[in-house]
Amino acid sequence: MAADASATPDTGPGGRRDGVWLAALWVILSVVGCALVYFVWGPHLPPGNQSSSAASQQFDYKVLGTIATPVVIGVLLYFGWALAFWRQQPGDETDAAPIHGNTKIAATWITVTGAIVLGLAVFGTYELISPAGAGAGEGPQPIWKPAGTVTTSSASWAPGGKNILQVQVIGQQWAWTFRYPQFGGFETTQLELPLNEPVQFNVTSLDVIHSFWAYQLGVKADANPGVNNVAYTTPTHLGTITVRCAELCGIWHGAMFDYGKVVSDSAFMTWAQQTETQLASVTKILPPYALTYDPTVLANVGKVNEELGLTSAGGGYYNPADPEQP
Amino acid sequence: MTDVIVQQPVQTKPPRPWWLRPAWHTALIGAAAGYAFGHWLGDLISSGYQQNATADFDSLPIDLGYAFLVIGWLIGLGVFNDLIRQMLGKPVNGNGGHVVNGGLAKYFRYSLDHKTVGIQYLVGMLVYFFTGGLFAIAIRTELLSPTYHVLSPTAYLEVVGEHGTMMMMMMTSVIVGPFGNYLVPLMIGSKRVAFPRLEALSFWLTPCSYVILLSAILFGGFPTGWTGYAPLSIQAGGGMDAYAFAFGLMGISIILAGFNMVCTIICYRAPGMRWGRIPMFVWAMLTTGFLLVLAAPVLVGGMYMIITDRTAQTAFFVNQLGGSSYLYEDLFWFFGHPEVYILALPGFGIVSEIIPVFTRKPLFGYKVGAAGMFGVAILSFFVWQHHLFDSGMDPDMRPLFMLTTELISIPTGFIYLVAMGTFWQAKLRLTTPMLFAMGMYVNFLFGGISGVFLSDVPADTTAPGSFFVMAHFHYTIMGGLIFAFFGGVYYWLPKLMGITLNERLGKINFWTMFITFNSTFMPLFAVGMMGQPRRVFEYARNLETLNDWVSISAFCLGASLLIFIFNFVMSTVVWRHRAPANPWQARGLEWQVSSPPPPDNFAVVPVVLAGPYEYGDPTALPVADLNPPAGVIGGALASASGSPASGVES
Repeated sequence: MAADASATPDTGPGGRRDGVWLAALWVILSVVGCALVYFVWGPHLPPGNQSSSAASQQFDYKVLGTIATPVVIGVLLYFGWALAFWRQQPGDETDAAPIHGNTKIAATWITVTGAIVLGLAVFGTYELISPAGAGAGEGPQPIWKPAGTVTTSSASWAPGGKNILQVQVIGQQWAWTFRYPQFGGFETTQLELPLNEPVQFNVTSLDVIHSFWAYQLGVKADANPGVNNVAYTTPTHLGTITVRCAELCGIWHGAMFDYGKVVSDSAFMTWAQQTETQLASVTKILPPYALTYDPTVLANVGKVNEELGLTSAGGGYYNPADPEQP
Repeated sequence: MTDVIVQQPVQTKPPRPWWLRPAWHTALIGAAAGYAFGHWLGDLISSGYQQNATADFDSLPIDLGYAFLVIGWLIGLGVFNDLIRQMLGKPVNGNGGHVVNGGLAKYFRYSLDHKTVGIQYLVGMLVYFFTGGLFAIAIRTELLSPTYHVLSPTAYLEVVGEHGTMMMMMMTSVIVGPFGNYLVPLMIGSKRVAFPRLEALSFWLTPCSYVILLSAILFGGFPTGWTGYAPLSIQAGGGMDAYAFAFGLMGISIILAGFNMVCTIICYRAPGMRWGRIPMFVWAMLTTGFLLVLAAPVLVGGMYMIITDRTAQTAFFVNQLGGSSYLYEDLFWFFGHPEVYILALPGFGIVSEIIPVFTRKPLFGYKVGAAGMFGVAILSFFVWQHHLFDSGMDPDMRPLFMLTTELISIPTGFIYLVAMGTFWQAKLRLTTPMLFAMGMYVNFLFGGISGVFLSDVPADTTAPGSFFVMAHFHYTIMGGLIFAFFGGVYYWLPKLMGITLNERLGKINFWTMFITFNSTFMPLFAVGMMGQPRRVFEYARNLETLNDWVSISAFCLGASLLIFIFNFVMSTVVWRHRAPANPWQARGLEWQVSSPPPPDNFAVVPVVLAGPYEYGDPTALPVADLNPPAGVIGGALASASGSPASGVES
C-alpha cells in the first residue's frame, strides 16, 4: 500500500507527499528492524540450540520473525501516520476525498501477500522434512527419518553405530517414565541421552492424552493411549533438559514435569549399563517391552510404581495424596 | 426501552394470574421441576447398571436432569404455547411480534421481536463475558506464584475450564446475538427477521447453557479445559456432563441463530438492496451464519457422543474398546477452527462498518473486503489439523495443512488492505468507536502474525500447548472480537437504546483497556516461548517476574472493564442522554430511522438507492427512499411483505 502509493504523486492536504514519506520511513525502519531481529535477537530465540531440531526451530523463528517485522512495522507505521497527520481539522465537517478502490494496489497487495505465503509454505515444508520431522511427533509410521541411520533394532545399541538409540516415553497421570529397550528394557524416571547421537522417542500413554515436551530439545509429541508416536532429534550440546506435559491431562497436569540431561557417550553407556543392572529385579515384573500398553491388563502396575518410588505408602496406581481420583 | 407507558394488549379473556403468565419466573419453575423429574428418571433407569456399584457418581441422572431442565424451562417460557394452539386449530395468541409497549417486562418474556431479542442478547452476553472474566482474574491470581497457593489444583482446573468454556462457547454469539439480530433487518431494510421463533429460541437457550455450565462447579468442575479431550473427558466426574450438555446446547442455539441470519439476509432485503450494496457487517453476518450452520452440528455430534460414552458406554473415544481419541480431536477441531472465525468475522464486520463513518471516506475496495470474508470462511474448514501437528496423526498431511493455514492470511490481508486504503488521507474523527476499531486492527495484527508462526510446523513444535498459543488466540479473540464488540456497543448503543454512552469515559475505557490488554498478553508470548505450558499451576521460578507482571496487568485490565460497566450502567440508567437519530452522521440505513427505531422499523419497506459508504461523493444518491411512492415497484413489494403468513406481526 505504502510503497505503491508513492508511485502516484498524491499530495496530502498540507502539500505533503504522504506516500513518499511512508515508503521511505518503512524501508529504513524495516531494514533496521530485520537486521536487529535476525542478528541481535535471533541467536537468543527459543528453544536454543541444544539439539538438531531445537537449532532448526530457532532458525525458523529467526526467519519468520524477520519476515514478520516489515509487516508489523508497515501496519503500525501506517496507522500511526494516520493518527498524526490525517485527522479532522477543528471545524471541518466535510468528508474526505471519495476513493472507492484501486485495482492496481489491490492486485499488487494480493500478489505480494500470496507470494510471501507460498514462500513460507515451501520454506516450512523444507524445514519440516530436512531435520527429520522437526522434532514433532510423527505417529506410528514416521516418514521423515534422520539421515545415516538405517536400522531401528531394539536388540542393542552402541555409540556411533548405524542403529538409532530408542527411548520409550510413557505418560501416565501424572508422571513420565522412560524405557530403554536396547538396555534390557529397564524403566526409569530419569531421562539421559548421549551427545551427538540420533534419538528416536517412542511416545505413548497409559491413560489419557499427554504431550511429551522436551523443551530444550525442541521435541513435542502427544502421548496417546494405545498409540506409538515417534519423534526424532539429535542432542548437540551437553546440559539439562526440562520435560513438561503440554496437554491438559487432569488435576496434577501442572506438576507433571521432570528433568533430563545430555551427557557424553561414555557417561551415557556407564549410566545405562549400571541402571540396567540395578533395576533388573524391577524389569522382571514389568510387562515385556512393547510399543503400546493396555493398562487394563497390566496386573503388576501398582507394584512397579511402588518399586520405582512413584507412589507413596498406599501403593495404588495413583498417588493417594491426590485430592481427587479421576 | 425509553417508552414506559404500559398498555395492556387487547384481550378477549381476562388475563391469567401472574404466576401462569409465561415469563422467566414460570420458566424457572419449569426448569426446577424438569431437572427433578429427569434426575429421578435417570436414577430409575440406571439403578440396575453394574458399574454404579463402584463409581462414586452416575452420569445418566445428571444428563437426563439437564435435558428435562431445558424442556421444562422452554415450557415455562411458553415456547410451545403457540405451536400447540396451531396444532389444535385455535387462533394464535401472539405473545410476540413487534412489541410496542410493555416496558422492561418484555425483556423477561419469550418475545418474537428482533429488537427485543437483540437487547436481551446484549445484556446476556455482557453477563456471560464478565462472568468468564472473573474466572480469568482467579487464574491470574493463582499464577502470581510459581507453586499453587490460592487455589487447590482441583479448583484451579475448575476455574480454567469454566473460563475457557464460558468464553469460547458463549462468545460465539457475542455479535451475532445482539448486533446481528437487532441490526441486520434494519440494515437490509426489512421489518422483521426470517424466523422470529428460531431467533427467540436461540436466545433463551443461552441462559440455560450458562447455568448448566456453571453448575459443573457443584459436581467438582471438569478437568479438561474447554477442549474436553477424550479419554480424560470420559473418566472425569459429573462436571463433565455439565460441560458436554451446555456446549451441545449452545451449539444448537448458534445453529438456530445462524439459520435465521442466513435466511434473513438472503430473503428479506429491501428492493434495491443488491449484493453490491449490503453493508460489510451484513456480509460478516452472512459468512458467520454459514459457518454456524455448517460447523456447529459437528460440535453437537461430538458432545452427544461424549454424553453417550459416559452414560451408555458407547466407547466412541476409548482406544481400548475400539474407539479412538483421535476421532474426538478431529470432530472437536472440525468445529473448533471454523469457530475461531465465527469469533473473528463479526469483528471484521464491525470495524469495517465503523471506519468509513469516522474517516469520512468510502470503504476502500468493498468487493475485496467481502471476498476476504468469504475466503476466510471457506478456508476455515480446511485447516483444523493444524491443532494436531504433534498429535501423531498421519504426518503426510502436515505440509497441506500448513499451506491451507498460511493461505488464510491472504483473505485476512484483504481486511487490512480495505482498512489501510480507507484510512488513506482521511479526516479521522477519533471517537470512542473509532478508537476501538483502530485498537482492533493493531491487536489483530499481532494475533495474525503469531498465527503464522503457529502454522509453520517446525516453529509450531515449540509453541502449541504453551502460553504462546494462549497469547495468540487472546490477541485474536479478546483483542480482535471483544475490542470490536466494545466499539460496536459505543457505536450502536445510541441506535439500540436511544441513549449515548459517555464519550469521555469511553475514551478512558479504551486507552486503559488497550494498554493493559497489551501489557497482559504481549509478555505471554515470551512466557510461552520460554517453556511454560498452558493450564498449569506450577511453572519455572525464573518466569515468576513475567507472570507477576502479567497478573498485575490483568487486574488492571479488569479494572478497565469496570470503567465500561460503570459507564454503561450510569449512561443507560442514571444519565440517560437522549441520542439523536444519527449522531455520527452515518449513511447506513439503520441510521435513517429514529433512535430507537420504531416498532416496525420502517413505515413502508424502503427502496434502497445507493451503497452505505458513499462519503465525500457529491454525486451519490441518498442511501434509501424511506417513503417510496405507492406506484413504485418497491412500494408494491412493501405492502405485499407487510403481512407475512405466519401472523407474528399481529
